[in-house]
Amino acid sequence: MIEVIGLTKRYGGKTAVDDLSFTVRPGHVTGFLGPNGAGKTTTLRVILGLDAPTAGAVTVDGVPFRTHRRGLHHVGALLDAQQVHGGRSAQAHLAALARSNGIGRRRVGEVLAEVGLADAGHRRIGGFSLGMKQRLGIAAALLGDPPVLMFDEPINGMDPEGVRWVRHLFRSLAAQGRTVFLSSHLMTEMEHTADHLVVIGQGRLIAAEPLRAFADRGTRQRVTVRTPQPAVLAAALTAAGASVDTAPDHLAVRGLSAEQIGALAFANAVELHELATHTTSLEEAFMEITAGHADHLAGSR
Amino acid sequence: MTTSTLTAAAPRTRAAAPPARFTDLVAAEWIKLWSLRSTPWTLGLATLFVIGTAALAAKADYDNFPFYDAEVQREHMFSLGDAFPQEGYLTLMLVAASLGALSMVSEYGSGLIRTTTAAVPARGALVLAKAVVTAAVWTATGALIAVGSFTVSQAILSGRDAAVSITDPASLRAVAASALLAPVCALIGLGLGVLIRHTAATLVTATFLLLILPSMFSADKRWSAELSHLMPGIAWGRLVTDWMPPPHPGYYPAAIPQSWLVLALWPVLLLLPALLLAHRRDV
Repeated sequence: MIEVIGLTKRYGGKTAVDDLSFTVRPGHVTGFLGPNGAGKTTTLRVILGLDAPTAGAVTVDGVPFRTHRRGLHHVGALLDAQQVHGGRSAQAHLAALARSNGIGRRRVGEVLAEVGLADAGHRRIGGFSLGMKQRLGIAAALLGDPPVLMFDEPINGMDPEGVRWVRHLFRSLAAQGRTVFLSSHLMTEMEHTADHLVVIGQGRLIAAEPLRAFADRGTRQRVTVRTPQPAVLAAALTAAGASVDTAPDHLAVRGLSAEQIGALAFANAVELHELATHTTSLEEAFMEITAGHADHLAGSR
Repeated sequence: MTTSTLTAAAPRTRAAAPPARFTDLVAAEWIKLWSLRSTPWTLGLATLFVIGTAALAAKADYDNFPFYDAEVQREHMFSLGDAFPQEGYLTLMLVAASLGALSMVSEYGSGLIRTTTAAVPARGALVLAKAVVTAAVWTATGALIAVGSFTVSQAILSGRDAAVSITDPASLRAVAASALLAPVCALIGLGLGVLIRHTAATLVTATFLLLILPSMFSADKRWSAELSHLMPGIAWGRLVTDWMPPPHPGYYPAAIPQSWLVLALWPVLLLLPALLLAHRRDV
């Protein structure tokens, strides 16, 4: 379990994370979502004790991670797959990490096989594709068989087969009762992997709830209606319990289906020119909810 | 999305974490150092180069010997100096400092330090483990180089009956100081690497401190000469010189014990703040 309580992190004058609180529970894959620059990586670094919080506290299974003298048995983490020494073989990279934590050499072979790099173990990491480096980083995270796992954008650079494999891996790790915390800036990725979501923007918490609840917030249907008698129809729809936004050339209706609206119009003898249902996707829900929280919006100054 | 994964969640029985042993950190750093191809190449080439410069220095005196005065031939004061030529040992200082620095700054440069620190949150122990491996590797290499350059140079000079014996106290001191020069410089590089963390800035600073700064002092002003004695290269130079005239106005040679102390204190005084700072800074 990861608990973040009132976390604030400033670098110089810039606030990267601002009074952030959330809990990541075991047995689930929890997605950590936010636009680029939202503070996801900073939060993960503070959880790992790499950066000290400016204010607030972070604990992993009840204690600050930095109080451990060795880390791999407590948290397995992949922050950035590119952060390796290209001159070493995959095997040597993992062997050094394993040895530093008193983990036997046999485990290196096991995790290499588990991530599908058994044949590439002797090759130098410098020649690896990004997808292979992601697999190597995941292997390193698995070395200590830890109860808590964190991955920062693990899908980047992976081929479709790798993406399927990694989704399955995360879900089975969670099924084993582990805490799996997975950051991404892609909502679509979470749709297939996560049970819970922590959504942040500009360093602040936007949502921390089950994926379903988050999705329901954004995927409510909206029906647009064009009619020459908007006032009459709006009154009838409101009376039937719908919420109606009046635009110059149409009504936007929430809370009633197209069939129900059509029936109401018929009953009230209102002429309809258009009746259309719009369903927002999870991706659009995410865009809508995080709008205004992005650090760098395209085209904005 | 199925919910079966949630009901299957159960507390897992996990093996207890093994104890945190410092020797494991040293072994891990050993693996890191020797898993880079550049390590054996660098050590091998540095050894050959330094011994080669000693052989060339000895060969020059061997060739010129017939033209020396009778007194120079009898005293052959050049013999010990030929074993430890400046060009060879200044290069060794630079190579040792660079490799010592790289064991730290290459981790910062690549970002590997974050993976390393997440695996070993005890940052001070990590720096100490690097120091142990750096000191061990360079002491062995330094001893090989010092004994090698002494043996080769004196073997050449023995052809003119102008060799000095390794059992001579001055020779022993010179060999010991030359063997220690490499680990001292490697640890200076490591300490600078922990403090500065940036590859180019660390290497420039190490080069300046070890090679450029010592040449900026003047030997005939007392305060300047005494500052220069604090330089590792100058301390080493004193320890490999078998005889110096007594001090007099305008001439202030360093004392032997002080020169040993200078070699010992440089790594310590750099690594102490490095250890303290490693705990405080964000990685």
